[in-house]
Amino acid sequence: MDLVSLGIKAVFVDNMIFAYFLGMCSFLAVSKKVSTAIGLGMAVVFVLSITVPINWLLQEFILREGALTWLSADFAEVNLEFLQFIMFIAIIAAMVQLVEMVVEKVSPALYGSLGIFLPLIAVNCSILGGSLFMVQRDYTIAEASVFGFGSGLGFALAIIALSAIREKLKYSDVPDGLKGLGLTMLITGLMGIAFKSFIGIAI
Amino acid sequence: MSTETLEQTEEVAVVKKPAEGLLSKRRKAFITDPLNEDNPITVQVLGICSALAVTVKMEPTLIMSIAVVFVIVFSNLIISLIRNLVPNRVRIIVQLAVIATLVTLVNEVLKAYNYEMYKVLGAFVGLIITNCIVMGRLEAFAMGNKPYDSVLDGIGSGFGYAWIILTVAFFRELFGSGSIFDFKIFEAVGISNFATNGLMVDSIGAFVVLGVLIWVQRSKTGYVEH
Repeated sequence: MDLVSLGIKAVFVDNMIFAYFLGMCSFLAVSKKVSTAIGLGMAVVFVLSITVPINWLLQEFILREGALTWLSADFAEVNLEFLQFIMFIAIIAAMVQLVEMVVEKVSPALYGSLGIFLPLIAVNCSILGGSLFMVQRDYTIAEASVFGFGSGLGFALAIIALSAIREKLKYSDVPDGLKGLGLTMLITGLMGIAFKSFIGIAI
Repeated sequence: MSTETLEQTEEVAVVKKPAEGLLSKRRKAFITDPLNEDNPITVQVLGICSALAVTVKMEPTLIMSIAVVFVIVFSNLIISLIRNLVPNRVRIIVQLAVIATLVTLVNEVLKAYNYEMYKVLGAFVGLIITNCIVMGRLEAFAMGNKPYDSVLDGIGSGFGYAWIILTVAFFRELFGSGSIFDFKIFEAVGISNFATNGLMVDSIGAFVVLGVLIWVQRSKTGYVEH
């Protein structure tokens, strides 16, 4: 039951965009059309659900202080946590590459719609952020998996909703200086207020 | 033999060209353009993630700006030095490795000398790695320019980023907590019952302040997005 509640919290309350501002660059850049927003959203869900559990294993069995004891008892003092950033980003870049290759092989149709977004994702802050939050909050492997999937879903939800609003806004008369980024930031703020109403929900 | 003479003539040509001043007009533009007309945040829409997350108070924002300027300048320098040695296919991984190393350095220094701030900033120092400004400058500038020019470009972009997030932090701390650098400014001028705005401390405040800031800045520079 805790897992369900954690998942819902990751989607709505601790939303990657509205609560932590992660993945804003692609959130703003790729939200002009609903169809591309869906593509990017799906790709983020996909990659986050894979990388967070893998980085959990990496942290638990290699990087953490005393994590190497499964190799030999002599390593109990070894703490490789300073390698965290490099290892995490390497895993993410490698996984993105791998996912891209697998998708291309298995489903060329999906690759066609997802393809261009996959390389972008390696430098999407929400992916690395997911892994770093997972370490900071001491999740178990089950929690980490749910958290990764939920965060991805939250990002997808946010970007699809924003792109729908922006499509409608194309026909409005907006002051010149506010066009594009300025207005998008204000809309994101208003959407954030809406998402705030989920605070305190417990299941 | 023929290639040798070719190289020699080339060398002569290089020597003959009058040396460019350390801060010639072209080079000054590397620093001043990103501050306003070509600002990484408000015009190029890069590095917004970390720009907003740390701006609740001035102090962490200042630390974050220093960290980002450091990382941009040195990653630009390093990538520019090795730009001709890196094969094009693996350049992204090489860039990420350089950035991640520099960020790790910043992180360890911060942990050693200012543990309080290290705890406040938390995961966001690590997220400098995926700050699009850093990657963007490496791709767009350092891969094709000389080291000294790249350093100047790094300084310009770094400060362009810094002044925007410091401005956002100024308004958020002023209205959200009623203070500047934790100094209770309203009490100091005799207004003791200043009502702080909770939305400013929240993420929503950051979106709105940045949105308005972009509006003001773009109306001044006359930049219009289509």
